[in-house]
Order: sequence, then structure tokens, then C-alpha cells
Amino acid sequence: MSTTGTPLTKKDFKSDQDVRWCPGCGDYSILNAVQTAFAELGKKPHEVAIVSGIGCSSRFPYYMETYGFHTLHGRAPTIATGLKLANPDLDVWVVTGDGDALSIGGNHLIHVLRRNVGLKILLFNNRIYGLTKGQFSPTSERGKKTKSTPMGSVDEPFSPIGLALGANATFVARSVDIFAQHLVAMVKRMDAHRGTSLLEIYQNCNIFNDGAYKSFTDKELRDDRVVELHQGKPLLFGKNLDKGLSFDADLRPRIVEKADAATWDEHRANPAYATALAHADEASLPVPIGVFRDVARSPFESDLRNQLAVAGERKTESLDELLLGNETWTVGS
Amino acid sequence: MTETRTQTQFEEVDQIVVRFAGDSGDGMQLTGDQLTRTTALMGNDLATFPDFPAEIRAPAGTLPGVSAFQLRFSNFDIHTPGDAPDVLVAMNPAALKVHVSSLRRDGTLIVDTTSFGPVDLKKAKYDKNPLEDGSLDGYRVIKLELQRLTREALASTTLDTRSKDRCKNIYALGIVSWLFHRDLKPTIQFLRGKFASKPEIAEANVKALEAGHLFAEVSGLFQAAYRVAPATFMKPGTYRNVMGNQALCLGLVAAAKKSGLRLVLGSYPITPASDILHQLATYKHHGILTFQAEDEIAAIGAAIGASYGGLLGVTSTSGPGLALKSEAIGLAVMTELPLVVIDVQRAGPSTGMPTKTEQADLLQAMFGRNGECPVPIVVARTPADSFGAAFDAVRIALRYMTPVILLSDGYIANGSEPWCVPTASSLPEIAVKFAAAGDGTARFRPYERDPVTLARVWARPGTPGCTHRIGGIEKEDGSGNISYDAQNHQHMVDLRAEKVARIANDIADAEVIGHPSPDVLFLCWGGTTGAITAAALRLSKAGHSIGAVCLRWVNPFPKNLEAILRASKRVIVPELNLGQLAMLIRSRFLVDAQPFTKVQGQPFTSHEVEEAGLAALAALRGQEVSR
Repeated sequence: MSTTGTPLTKKDFKSDQDVRWCPGCGDYSILNAVQTAFAELGKKPHEVAIVSGIGCSSRFPYYMETYGFHTLHGRAPTIATGLKLANPDLDVWVVTGDGDALSIGGNHLIHVLRRNVGLKILLFNNRIYGLTKGQFSPTSERGKKTKSTPMGSVDEPFSPIGLALGANATFVARSVDIFAQHLVAMVKRMDAHRGTSLLEIYQNCNIFNDGAYKSFTDKELRDDRVVELHQGKPLLFGKNLDKGLSFDADLRPRIVEKADAATWDEHRANPAYATALAHADEASLPVPIGVFRDVARSPFESDLRNQLAVAGERKTESLDELLLGNETWTVGS
Repeated sequence: MTETRTQTQFEEVDQIVVRFAGDSGDGMQLTGDQLTRTTALMGNDLATFPDFPAEIRAPAGTLPGVSAFQLRFSNFDIHTPGDAPDVLVAMNPAALKVHVSSLRRDGTLIVDTTSFGPVDLKKAKYDKNPLEDGSLDGYRVIKLELQRLTREALASTTLDTRSKDRCKNIYALGIVSWLFHRDLKPTIQFLRGKFASKPEIAEANVKALEAGHLFAEVSGLFQAAYRVAPATFMKPGTYRNVMGNQALCLGLVAAAKKSGLRLVLGSYPITPASDILHQLATYKHHGILTFQAEDEIAAIGAAIGASYGGLLGVTSTSGPGLALKSEAIGLAVMTELPLVVIDVQRAGPSTGMPTKTEQADLLQAMFGRNGECPVPIVVARTPADSFGAAFDAVRIALRYMTPVILLSDGYIANGSEPWCVPTASSLPEIAVKFAAAGDGTARFRPYERDPVTLARVWARPGTPGCTHRIGGIEKEDGSGNISYDAQNHQHMVDLRAEKVARIANDIADAEVIGHPSPDVLFLCWGGTTGAITAAALRLSKAGHSIGAVCLRWVNPFPKNLEAILRASKRVIVPELNLGQLAMLIRSRFLVDAQPFTKVQGQPFTSHEVEEAGLAALAALRGQEVSR
């Protein structure tokens, strides 16, 4: 709770509330990573506000010793937008899940991204509805058998990264709950971005969708199944970074020799390559993690505030003048 | 010509009701607005009623495309735009068809005969030409070929024919201006301003206005011009004309300034509330932030976020939008954040009739949320009263840390009347207190309360030592921690209800107008206030024991309301729904309130209300006699 003096540690970002996620849930490691990153970034608890929607992930603010607002299903981006407009200096984070952000709140997510409001969005993607006990989500794979889809779902899933790029998001990245160091690094990258930054976090729900990401996150598989995106570096993977990823004429990603690997540029204005990676076939290609896109665009709240400043310079008017308007008449006593 | 001018006969009258009706593209609203402006500047009391279709441009000449504007002005205190016009200006057969039945018997009908061919008559669903079949006997009909007259007047200009024809409404305004002895200068000034970048058009319009004026004077078609002296009953002060939505915006800005908080409006366009967004967007120099959101929910979400951030969050909508916002209003109730939710009601249900008025959202405002979710409700009663209603909404929202629903309706939102402008210094200050920074030694308790208002403490994120979490889950009083405890939930539900009930300590008493202790009492709320006030005043003046209470607050009710209701023998509740306030009154007070209702998308006429009052009085007397 101390807010002055000695440098803060991740403990300073832990609230006094008992964490009530299921034992073994991926959310614990994300909480830990965020607390670590915040401490390492030198944040002060009172300068941070975390806004969440509804779902397992959205309980997050209760466990953080910062300002927190647990809002409505899908609506966190709207409330966070208002908060950021109210106080552009405040460090506003949004915590959401795949159902919250992409199903009931899909509309708000795309609009906040296109506006580029200065929010940092942590999207916990476990590809399932956890808090309502196991229905398929908009990121569940086709054919997913759940209580509500006993014969398998016939829904095509969203790629959250692809969706964000389609909405012209300025910062889009992906990490994994159990890749602690990578996750901390990504949280720090988000923090440095001006405008909306969206981090998709692959998160394991060990109760309703256990092992969703096992095929590429298991320790022994990881090296061959995951490709890390690094700015200005070739797309390499494999235990000794001996394999590469490139794009064919139709921008389809394909595995190539190390020497032929494409060089990654997250600053490209054209989101085509990033989009191609976002939609890469998970079964046959290594899964990309890291920063897909990082481009500069002025944040919404600064542009709006600038208009106020300009208007204020152009015209000063007292409340009396405003109330009177231009056309009045007087009734004498 | 100078001679004829000096011979103009004036007939002094105490009031005029005039209605312009034409195609949506004919500029009827603009014509009405200009006549209204001039009339306001000439010091008359006035009331207006614009009545237009939802379609932007319905097919020309058809009945659904008719747009109308009614203005009533007087030298005495008026409360409605009038029932039957004295003068109707009909620009085509469709306008004539829709509006002629409301013209006063022996009233003046000025009709543009330009388009009365078979096709035009068919579009207006006339079998026979009404100008020839005697159906207009009984009116003073003045037939004018406005198109020809306008073209002749503009013969010397270089405008193309189409542009000349578009000055037709201004030519008609010139005629009416002579007829009612209205000054042309304000309109000329307006035209030159509006068409500043097209001086040719501006001058053609000015020419058409003056030509119409001159034509009326010299044509001999009118026996006399009418003159209405300035209103003298008004309390001394500086006046301006305001529309309801306009006054509402000014009330919000004034309250924001008096509270020292920046106002943030989150809104999504919807008829008839969009003008609130438009107008507040022009107040950026007053620090007002407007946010056109992607939908109704995002609009209120942003407003709640702004309030959480320590500013004044406001959202504006109409009935369908209020329905979409209901879950978020519940969140604001649960998190006890100040918020103003404006519902400019329109005829429903569903899309209903967007440009027509109704008062059928009262129960939605009262109960339209899940759980026990009390929200105070303040209502705007007249166009000018919207200022005070908005100011009150902000004052209570901040003092009690609660969302407040402000109900207006299409009739008062778009209607206008003179407003005695208050000085900024005469408006009350609105005290706002934020939690002070702490040193981090004691845990901040976001649900600690003011013992009088029960308002919780408001801590702006960013304040050291006050970090806390709030949300929609039930919480423990004081600490704000999540709580599923049975007794705590009971306590919190009771407390939220009690907090709203206590607002009654902070609102004005109800006032009886008309007979001070009436046998028959009209109880009304919102936009019907004008018609009910007029009826109550007229009937009581005529010696009837009839009075009225026009509520500013519907939740909670003013403290003295029950006594007033019990003191009268009959309570009549006129409202533009199927009896929503009557239902609340009956359930709350066990008083036999009788609904008097209408749902036609149109306001009450004073006449209708008077008849209802007299009928109630007669029934009461009959009962007393038979007893």
C-alpha cells in the first residue's frame, strides 16, 4: 500500500482481496505478469485504473491495488473511453475475455480500436465461456462440442488479431499465459504505445477447455511450434532457430529455409502481412507471438482535447453571454 | 403607393395563431422560425409547435410529406401554441387537405394555387378540386399563385427558375409579415447571414420578402392587417426565445459551470434528441466534451466512465435508446455515480412515430431495469422550463451521487417560447466534494456515506491513497468489498431506495395553480403542462373549482403532494399515454386518480382538457346532488 519512498514491487499491486479463480487457471500467471510489469515500469498504483467487463478475466481489477471498475458485459471499452476522456493523464487498462470483447462487446472493441483511444487492452482468450460454465465462444474452433453445441459448433471463429487489424488498430500483439517473460515484455511494449494497444493472451481454462493451446505451448513442442516476431529480424523458429517463415505470392505464410525467412516489420502501414500471420493455419504452421503491428496515430483523447483548446482560443464567452444568446429583448419594470 | 401605405387599417387583437403547411422541402420550418424570431424580438408572448414527418423528403405533394409550423403570439400570458389557427397558409393541396380541418371557422386561408392540377389533387387524395367544390365556404379564402408572383418579383434577377421558385416561402412570409404587422428587418438580417456566401440568393430572398409584403399591402385582398401589442404582463427582465432542447442544453452547461465540473456528453443520434448533441458540440469553448458513440450503450458507457473519472457524465436519447441503456443505468445505480440520462420522448412503442410526441416512457424510466433499481426522475414541463429541469437534474445527481433521468418530449423539445434569462450569479452554486488524498495508511472506503443525503464518497482515480474497486456486483456498505451476505444485500437495497426517497427533502413543493383549493385537480407532468395550465387558469377564472399541479419531480414526488391530492375531491391525470402517472399515484397514495389520456402523437388542446375538467366537475356535482 505504500505510495512513496522505496521502489515498488509486484506486491504493491496486490489488493487485499482473495483471488477466486479456479486453481490452475491461466489467469493467475497473467495477474502475476501484469503486477511484475507494473512494478518494473515504476507505475504508481493510484495512477492506474483497470476497467473490466464480465467474465472470469474481468474479476482482474479486484485483485489489483489500483483504481478498478468491474463494469458490464462487453462494455468495458466504452466506460474506459469515458474515463480516458475525463482524465487523459490516467493510465487506463482494459481487461476482457474472448466472449466479453468479441461477442457481446464486439462492436465496442472495433470502434475503440479505430478511434485509437489511449487504452491498453488485455484480451484473455481461452476459447471458451468459463463463468457461464463451458459454452463455445467466438474464438472456439469449428466443431467445438460443448453443452450448447452437443453436435459441435458450426460457427467460424474470429481471429482477434485479424479483427483488430481490420479495425485499423495501431498496436496489436499476442502472448501466452505461461510464457512469463514474453508476457511481461509484451505488457511493457503496450505501455509504451500511444493510442489503443491490444494484447491477445492465449490463456488456458483448465476446467472447461483444458489444453486448448497445448499443441504448441508444451515445453517440448514450443520451439518448433511457435515463431516469435522481432522487429527487423527474420521470422525464425525451431530449437536452434534453423527454420524460417515467409510469404508466397498470395501472402500465404509458408515454412522456408532459414536463409529465405522474411524479415518482420511491425511498423508497416499496410497491415497485409500482419493479417496474413493472424490468419495462419494453427495446425500446420508455427504460431506467431509478439508484436504484429505498432504504428503511430494520434490518440483520440488528445485530438478531442485539442479541439477544446482551439475552440477556447477562438472564442471566450461568459456564462451570462451564453445564456443571453444573440437576440434578446427587455421587459421594463 | 405611399398613399396606400398610410391608409393601412390595423385591427388590434390580443392574439394570433398562424400555421404554415407545405411540403417537407418547402421551407416551412424555416419560415416559421423566422416569424417566431421576429415576434420574440417584438416583445410578444409566444408558443410554437413544429409538426413534421420523419422522412427527410417524402415524395413531393403527398400527404405524408406535409410539414407544418404553428405560431401563437399574444399580448397576454399564453401556455400553448393554440388549438385552432386563425390563419392557415397552405402551400399545396396536400397541406390543405391535412390541415384545413383545424382552421378556425371564418379563419383566413391563404392558399397557393400553383399546383392544383389533376395530378396534384390526386397525390393529395382529393377527388374534386377543393377550391371549387364549396368545401372551403366558411373560411376567408385568399387564393394566390405564389409561384407566378415570386417569379415576377424576381424577374430582374439572374437566378434560374428553380432558384426563384425556392424563394416562394419567403414571399409568403412577406405577405404574412404585413398581415401581422411584423418587422422585416430580423428576417432580412437572417437571410443575408444564411446566404453570406451566395449574395445573389440572399438578395433574391430579400426581394421576395419585400415583394410579398408590398403585394399584401396593395393587392386589396386583405381587409386589414392585425396588430398584437407587446406582452406587458411579463416580469421585468431580459428575454430570449428558446426551444426546449436548446434551453435544456443551456441548463446543463450552467449547472456544469456552477459545479465546477467539465461536462462530458456521450450520445448516439436519435430523433428528437439529436439537437442536444448538436448544440453541446458547439460549446467546446466552454470546455464541453461531446462524444458521438457507436451506439446507445457506448454513449452511456462513456458518460459513466467520465463520471467515474470525476467529471459530469451526461447521455441524451429518446425512448428506444433509453431501453438500450437500461443495464448501464443499473450499473450507475449500483456504483452510485452521478449521471444525467436525458430521454426526449417520442411516440412508441419500438420505432413508433419518431417525430411525434408522447409521454409513454414514464414507467420505463421508473421501472425499466432489472432488480430493485430506483432512479430519480425530473421532467421538463415547457420549452423554457427545460433549463431549470436540466439544472435540477445535475444538482441532484451530484448531491446524491445517483443517476437521474430527465424526461422531455418531442413537443417541448422542438417548441419554443420566451424565456426570462437568469443571470449567472443568480443561479445556485452546486457544491462538489472529492475524497482528499490519503497517505496510504488507512484503506480507502468508497461506500462511506454522507449521513444526510446517503451519498457515497467520490474519489477521482489518480488521487493518491484512495485506490479502490467498484463494480456491478453487490458490495458491502462502507468498504465496497464484494459481498453476497444476505443481510447486507437487504441493507443495500433498502439504502438505495432510501437515498432516492430523501431527494424529496431537496426539491420544491408542488404548487396548485388555478383555484387554490380545487374540487377537481388536474395532476400532470412534463409537456402537457402548457395545455393543463391554460385550462386550469381559464376555468378557475370562470369561477369553477378547478386547479392543477404540474410536477417537476415524478420520483420522488414532492412532499406536499399527498396532502394536495387528498384535499381535492377528484384527481384527473391528463397524460399522453394510457395512464402511467395515474398508475403511480394510485399505487403510491391509494387515491382514486382518474386518467385522461390521448395517444395520437399530438399534444392535448386546452379545449380537450377544459372539457374533461368540466365533465369531472359536473359528475362531482351530480354525485353531490344525488347524495
